[in-house]
Amino acid sequence: MLGDVSETTLPAEGLSPPTPADFSSPDALADALRDTGYLPDEGLATAAYLALVMRRPLFLEGEAGVGKTALARALAEVTARPIYRLQCYEGLEASQALYDWDFGRQLLHLRAAEAAHATTDTDQLEASLYDRRFLLARPLLQALEDSPSVLLVDEVDRADDEFEAFLLEVLSDFTISIPELGTIRAEVPPLVVLTSNRTREVHDALKRRCLYHWLEHPDFEREVAILRTRLPEVTERLAREVATATAKLRTLDLVKPPGVAEAMDWAAALHALGARELDPDTAARTLGAVLKYREDTDRVHSLARGALFGG
Amino acid sequence: MAERDVVATVLGFARTLRVAGVAASPDRVEAMLVAVGALDVLDATAVYWAGRLTLCGSPDDLDRYDAAFAAYFGGESPRMRSAPADQRQVMALSAPLESGTGEGEDDEPSDVAGQASADEVLRHRDVAELTVAERDELRRLFALLRPAAPMRASRRRRPSAHGSVHAARTIRRALRDGGEVSRLMHRRARPRPRRVVLLIDVSGSMSPYADSLLRFAHVAVRARPAATEVFTIGTRLTRVTRELRLRDPDKALAASGSAIPDWSGGTRLGEVLKAFLDRWGQRGTARGAVVVVCSDGWERGDTDLLAEQMARLRRLAHAVVWVNPHKGRAGYEPLTGGMQAALPSLDAFVAGHSLAAFEELTGVISRV
Repeated sequence: MLGDVSETTLPAEGLSPPTPADFSSPDALADALRDTGYLPDEGLATAAYLALVMRRPLFLEGEAGVGKTALARALAEVTARPIYRLQCYEGLEASQALYDWDFGRQLLHLRAAEAAHATTDTDQLEASLYDRRFLLARPLLQALEDSPSVLLVDEVDRADDEFEAFLLEVLSDFTISIPELGTIRAEVPPLVVLTSNRTREVHDALKRRCLYHWLEHPDFEREVAILRTRLPEVTERLAREVATATAKLRTLDLVKPPGVAEAMDWAAALHALGARELDPDTAARTLGAVLKYREDTDRVHSLARGALFGG
Repeated sequence: MAERDVVATVLGFARTLRVAGVAASPDRVEAMLVAVGALDVLDATAVYWAGRLTLCGSPDDLDRYDAAFAAYFGGESPRMRSAPADQRQVMALSAPLESGTGEGEDDEPSDVAGQASADEVLRHRDVAELTVAERDELRRLFALLRPAAPMRASRRRRPSAHGSVHAARTIRRALRDGGEVSRLMHRRARPRPRRVVLLIDVSGSMSPYADSLLRFAHVAVRARPAATEVFTIGTRLTRVTRELRLRDPDKALAASGSAIPDWSGGTRLGEVLKAFLDRWGQRGTARGAVVVVCSDGWERGDTDLLAEQMARLRRLAHAVVWVNPHKGRAGYEPLTGGMQAALPSLDAFVAGHSLAAFEELTGVISRV
């Protein structure tokens, strides 16, 4: 959603990873998050703090583009933990979420053993086939192995019931048993952040194990602050005008009201065009950055431009 | 506050919350106690968030939570409200499901002889014209409806004799055979039931049919609980899927009846359809689904809005079916403004006035 899709962010060398104890209160965590460029409100800071202290997964729901995924990345940064991201989709299976055997390499290994006439001790051969090096760790297993870590289960509402049930099992005791290898347990349970755009009602059993937080669009001052922090090159005036116009767009009852992510895209687009303030003409030309439905664009165009983007 | 006081206070608050309609289960309450312990017990804001994060499970819970918090702890809840909390109407618990033409109290036991042919006649009778006894009979027959689900291909695959080669299984098998690929294993997409969304008009003009339509919905929900969603429409939108999952039809109908605040009121189809699409449809409930609108198309609001929303629904849904009880009458023409607005966006337009019509409807739903 916000930022690029980097799979893993490794902690910087030489930093000792802070433990949850380093954040003595939600306010301390909020300050740390602010330093990374993520501006949480009180509720979100409390939610993140409790997730760390209670070691409970954090279930974030809200409109697209309010900063759910960005929070997980910011939390990874402040705790100096690596982040593992699992993007959910329908039909997601254990072999893509958990682990898979690298069958091709196993086959090569077997052939190599045959060529070397080393196939007499079958027990040993079998053990060598199911070695850890032939195991492909997927995000859930990676997050448990690389403890402590941050596990981002993104858009869990896109997965189906089967996967939800399976996720419930992993999240309840943070162990994964691999029949050929044994049980893998996280030394410290990962900080789990689940996000949902609410395209589907996620099962109550999963939600009950989590802290639930509904993210709203930020208020005006916070939105300006987010724009200024994330896009330092944008002028204060442009940031305020974009935030004002975005807030107005949200009141128009659009098919897809713009989120913070769209406001940022818009400000970046305006800046790319060299705009230092929001005038009706530039606004109309860059509307594609903030409105994603033809009906919405038509609607906004039909309104008096001055009413929306007046200086 | 002593620890015992905290526990007692939290338990009392959880009780208040349950009365307000938030299912604060014991494990959630336990989580709240831990959360309160991790924060400052004397800080009202901290207690507010500790409870909200642990006891709530959906955005619907939040308003109720805020109200219960204010009522229990006194004072304002810290959350800033952008819109005024909507007025939750107090509803009568006795659901007016018996609306219609009850002609006297003829509670005589029905005679068993000739039952089969009587059933046959009853199946084709307009439910609006039945007596109370006949209605009871018909309810029994509803249990015999067997709705077939429409299917769609899914991203999940299953082993199969044909289809694309399943590399992992092929090589796993080869490993068993000493590294020799002796046989190719295949897999193909597993079909899954397509979601069916029923939107049932419970306004005054539909009241003779609402009971039967909800019974039909109950049968559909019971047959495919995970792939069926039911909403009632009138002056507002109410999701009754959860209530209709109860096994017993009468209990399920009573539960959904008490959940519906706008029973036998007016109809604002366009507005309510828009509410459905904004809140549920666009997010996924209507995407790729078979959406069945059960209404007579009497629109008190703006028919342009209805036409616009029907077009939007059509773009999201796999198929849109309209069920109009009046269509079963001889000489019916879809002349109401609402019907005229909806017709261009429909894949099927069927009757829904008798059990036979409902049987036909199950066929339409599984075929479109």
